[in-house]
Amino acid sequence: MLVATLIAILVVMLLALIRAFAGPTLYDRILAVNLLGTKTVMFIAILGFLSGRAYFLDIAMIYALLNFIGIIGLLRIFEYREAKSNNKGSTW
Amino acid sequence: MESYIHIIILCFLLLTSFAIVRMRDLFSIVMLMGVYGLLSASFFVLMDAVDVALTEAAVGIVISPLLLLSTLAATGRYEKKKRQQPFLALIVAVFTGALLIYGTLEMPPFGSADTPANRHVASYYINQSYAETGIPNLVSSVLASYRGYDTLGELFVIFTAGAGVLALLGLKIKSPKKSRSTVLPPSSMSRHHILRIVSKMLIPLILLFGLYVQFHGDFGPGGGFQAGAIFASGMALYAMIFGLQTTMRVFSRAWLEFFAAVGLLLYGGTGVVSILSGKNFLDYSVLSQSPTDAQHLGILLVELGVGITVASVILLVFMFFASHMTKVSE
Amino acid sequence: MVELTYALSILCLLVGSISNLIAGFGIFHFPDVYTRMHAAGITDSFGTGLILIGLMLQTGWDGPIGKLLAILIFTLITSPTISYVLANTALKEQPPKTANTTHKKTDES
Repeated sequence: MLVATLIAILVVMLLALIRAFAGPTLYDRILAVNLLGTKTVMFIAILGFLSGRAYFLDIAMIYALLNFIGIIGLLRIFEYREAKSNNKGSTW
Repeated sequence: MESYIHIIILCFLLLTSFAIVRMRDLFSIVMLMGVYGLLSASFFVLMDAVDVALTEAAVGIVISPLLLLSTLAATGRYEKKKRQQPFLALIVAVFTGALLIYGTLEMPPFGSADTPANRHVASYYINQSYAETGIPNLVSSVLASYRGYDTLGELFVIFTAGAGVLALLGLKIKSPKKSRSTVLPPSSMSRHHILRIVSKMLIPLILLFGLYVQFHGDFGPGGGFQAGAIFASGMALYAMIFGLQTTMRVFSRAWLEFFAAVGLLLYGGTGVVSILSGKNFLDYSVLSQSPTDAQHLGILLVELGVGITVASVILLVFMFFASHMTKVSE
Repeated sequence: MVELTYALSILCLLVGSISNLIAGFGIFHFPDVYTRMHAAGITDSFGTGLILIGLMLQTGWDGPIGKLLAILIFTLITSPTISYVLANTALKEQPPKTANTTHKKTDES
């Protein structure tokens, strides 16, 4: 059953990758990257269970946190860019 | 079964790199480089190299895309169209690639046990490392004790990179030394109350997790580099949401430069202490009576130095890049 | 009792993977970034949560159950936040694409 879940997660990763390549706007791509990050967390957790090693969950937790930081940073910089191109007020 | 998953992830990597080359929107390319970092980290986890996967995750998902995007926010967004097709470069690249592949045909199969590296050096590490150093994590013991000189060189490289950024860019905003007021300067994310509350909950946990990875690196995956990168990522999140001025009140520029040097001094100082006690440079046996305790203490000090310098340099570089984004036309 | 928890964990894993697949197909098929965000939200909270609960039921009390719980809580806190910030930022730059996507103006946007 774990192997079947792993295959399902790989299929979702492939679909997210296709959306990341083909998304017409930038925000489709950010959505796909976020989805890929969450699926990677699941991938590593299930791999840890399949190979019987307990420390894979440390890595999965790190990925979940770093995914959050990365996406928020991206969006912050896009917001700055939009504010700059619209000549709005202070950002930092 | 394992090799099928390897092949699938490598195909994903190939698809991603192909899409990176063909796109022209630089923001999307940076995002795809984040995807590339994620897939590489998954591949390292598949191959049981968990320390490398941690470092690749921290650097490839957070730090590289953020630094690249800070640069792109100041320059243009779209790549200019090429005037001519570089056919000569394509021929040279294909020829060199074919030569390299021909060169690897003679190499032994992947992971076979009778290569010289696996027979002499790796088997020595696997057999003797726990008896000599007393820590279970082979990677940490090799990195900090058996190959300590290499790690010192890597730390010097990181420090020099930070010094280079300091020399090339300038810090565009002054650190608020004199103002003692508690009013935070407004940032445009101050409207996002949800984000502020969630970050206030998560940032202490991220920093704590960085410390856990630092000190638990002897027994599980971790070490100085990973811990420094995670700590700097947590502080970068704080800087992005609460403003750069607020972050500089916590970690001012002078303190960060001081800490970057202190970490390196800690590492080199351990070596100098060994010399002053009559042994070789970075010989940890002078630090304690029993040999495994001495190795353990030496590895702890050295990894602490690595973590402090890496965190300070990454945070310094991020602050320098980000401070150039304060130019707004009001 | 052990068979019951094992069967329950198999059920959770099955439902989690099926919902992931459905949501993945939704991301592929929906016409607009806001509708795709609905599909991504399903896989972030429901699919991930069920798979993690299935894994937690399989380990028992002396396994890494605390770390799985921590991953579950982190994911449940951070994923809706990311959806919110993404939707907010996307709304400022571009209008919705399809004709069926309506936009109700509040005082914040």
